[in-house]
Amino acid sequence: MVEITSPGFKDNSAGALADVNLQKAMRHVRVNFIEKRAKAAAALPEFDDLRSSARAIKDHVLDHLDLYLEAYEAKVVERGGKVHWAANAVEARGIVLDICRKVNARTATKGKSMITEEIGLNDFLEKNGITPVETDLGEYIIQLRGEHPSHIIAPAVHLTMDQVREDFRKAHTHLPADRPLNEPQSLLQEARGILREKFLKADVGITGANFLVAETGSSVIVTNEGNGDLTQILPRVHIVVASIEKIVPTLEDMSQIVRVLARSATGQEMSVYTTLSTGPRRKGDPDGPEQYHVILLDNGRSTMLGNEFRDMLRCIRCGACMNHCPVYQSVGGHAYGWVYPGPMGSVLTPALVGIENSAHLPNASTLCGRCESVCPMQIPLPKLLRHWREREFEQHLTPGTVRTGLGLWAYAAKRPALYQRMTGFGIAMLRFLSGGRGRFRWLPLAGGWTRYRDLPAPQGRTFMAQWKAQQARKQN
Amino acid sequence: MVAPVWLLLQAGSLSQRQIAIDAPFCAIDGTLPALDRIVGQTSKRGSAATMKPEKNKPRVGLFVTCLVDLFRPSVGFATVQLLEDAGCEVSVPFAQTCCGQPAYNSGDRKDAREIARQVIEAFDGFDYVVAPSGSCAGMLKKHYAELFADEPDFHKRAVAFSLRVHELVSFLHDVRGVREVAANLDAKATYHDSCSGLRELGIQKQPRQLLSSVEGLNLVEMKGPDICCGFGGTFCVKYPDVSNAIVGEKTKSISESGADLLLAGDLGCLMNMSGKLKREGSTVKARHIAEVLAGMTSEPAIGEG
Repeated sequence: MVEITSPGFKDNSAGALADVNLQKAMRHVRVNFIEKRAKAAAALPEFDDLRSSARAIKDHVLDHLDLYLEAYEAKVVERGGKVHWAANAVEARGIVLDICRKVNARTATKGKSMITEEIGLNDFLEKNGITPVETDLGEYIIQLRGEHPSHIIAPAVHLTMDQVREDFRKAHTHLPADRPLNEPQSLLQEARGILREKFLKADVGITGANFLVAETGSSVIVTNEGNGDLTQILPRVHIVVASIEKIVPTLEDMSQIVRVLARSATGQEMSVYTTLSTGPRRKGDPDGPEQYHVILLDNGRSTMLGNEFRDMLRCIRCGACMNHCPVYQSVGGHAYGWVYPGPMGSVLTPALVGIENSAHLPNASTLCGRCESVCPMQIPLPKLLRHWREREFEQHLTPGTVRTGLGLWAYAAKRPALYQRMTGFGIAMLRFLSGGRGRFRWLPLAGGWTRYRDLPAPQGRTFMAQWKAQQARKQN
Repeated sequence: MVAPVWLLLQAGSLSQRQIAIDAPFCAIDGTLPALDRIVGQTSKRGSAATMKPEKNKPRVGLFVTCLVDLFRPSVGFATVQLLEDAGCEVSVPFAQTCCGQPAYNSGDRKDAREIARQVIEAFDGFDYVVAPSGSCAGMLKKHYAELFADEPDFHKRAVAFSLRVHELVSFLHDVRGVREVAANLDAKATYHDSCSGLRELGIQKQPRQLLSSVEGLNLVEMKGPDICCGFGGTFCVKYPDVSNAIVGEKTKSISESGADLLLAGDLGCLMNMSGKLKREGSTVKARHIAEVLAGMTSEPAIGEG
């Protein structure tokens, strides 16, 4: 498993805010993703209807998940593939290793896949003598750096081009040291040349899936670089790792969701490649793998299906929520401390690693609701974040100081007469302390506020006190 | 404040049909502001002797919000004036403290529910409940009912309550049909869309429409007026570093807009943004939109002595 640093969110985020390169790179998210999505959504009058339709498809699937999973499995088998069921990450990794060992695999190419990050597959394969090779450009870059993705569709979004250039010069020592690498295109060409050989040498190709189509038994990936296609077509064995909620009933359903996916993610109408894989190579096929395996991973999803986080299972991993999140934009993905960052991650991570290991995440949100407003699957992310806060409160994971403060405040808030006496006194004190300056630069117990901002001082007596006095005057 | 219908009547070009268009249905509770009610707004100015005064003024309970109550009562008094100018009879129930969001957003449903119950009971019997805050109005309107999911009887009451709740500016515009105000203020202002008001209650064009009628006020848009200011209730003190980064982006947009006055409909956001502006040494002043619309800008701006 990927190490969890979510409990260190505060330190992580302080580090991220002080990281000049990260802050420079994150400008890209603030501008590009958002503008492109907005344009794509505006250009399609039926965009919001499509969102509703996409949502309805996924809700229907979740209502009948068992049925569609079995139908899907039957189709995969009919097409000559094999389906493996994995309850958790350990089982899924074990199945991948088994398949690799049976074909004496030395290297495995990988298409971009968050689910293999979730199960920590790369480290595991490496420890077991199999070299995983990331083939998506962003994933390739962060693999060179020994990092994990900081964004679910743009894994290296936290890096500047200067950093990547340096990484390439360090890693690709067989190339002339003085080669020009000024243009993004030249970096791409260099990675492409290196990866081409690895594609041809790989014994196994591992991909995730954006969709699993029950009607045909197909796994579907949407990509922009074509690396996924080479990963699943060239090696002898293709392994698909996908979580159980990726199912859609029909190709028509998939097509509908695809229409909102790329628009929400990158602002494209469609990704460059939408590739369907249906079973191994058949007699007469010009290419394709000899073996086709699908590992269906639960890893907490069936629990979510039956609790208040079910809506999260509609997620299609477009990344729109994090692109639009002011917190994500400020600190980037690594600060969240596990695989999935941003609002979707702050809902999903506690479900997968336990709320006790990720207690900050649901709280590190202003609940501004911009994520929900752009989510193509209409997932009520703020509501789900709040549900985690409720669980934390119930399980006494909320910090003691917060609980005490909240308890005292609530005691008064439920007793208006007491509250008004207390606030009347407190506000008069504050007003006095402000010395008529209108604001505080510093105030005891308000350091969280005054470290960065002045605190406006109260105007004078509370509204309720003034209103009462006014009403009394009127009556006399 | 002069109601728009009054202006139209003065211009002598108003048919009854136009009034209906100008004062649309309130989509939530289906209330059509009756002609006599709208006329009633104008009669308050005393210059419409020929018009029938409104017989039954709508009774509005003011939910003043805790921040306005404690930090900026002038917003409360501006709200009362705006509501009265719009032909409402305003009362302020004493059994109110806070909308309960600090508990609700901290996962403490039990306290949130008890506070919600207290508010619903305190505002029984009003035609409308109005708050000068999108955040608090959003809490009352969009979140209270679900707190009583396990109490069918009270749930019904909470749903009925939610239909009567409105944020101030959208209430004036959408329910009372106000399109213009009689205020004036020489300033170059920019308006920040507070998150709950914008995304929970759909408040975006109403404040801009009413501000455009303030004489002398030049309204300019900042970049990303719909982006959160980083306040987030307790978020800003729980995660001060991140909150500071977000509000820093916001104050940058405000400064770049060239405005000398920042307006918004929520005091929490305003205290956050103005506190940051002050710390940065900015001369941009900040006020709640109600103060400007009511023409009550004699009090020092937020954070000024």
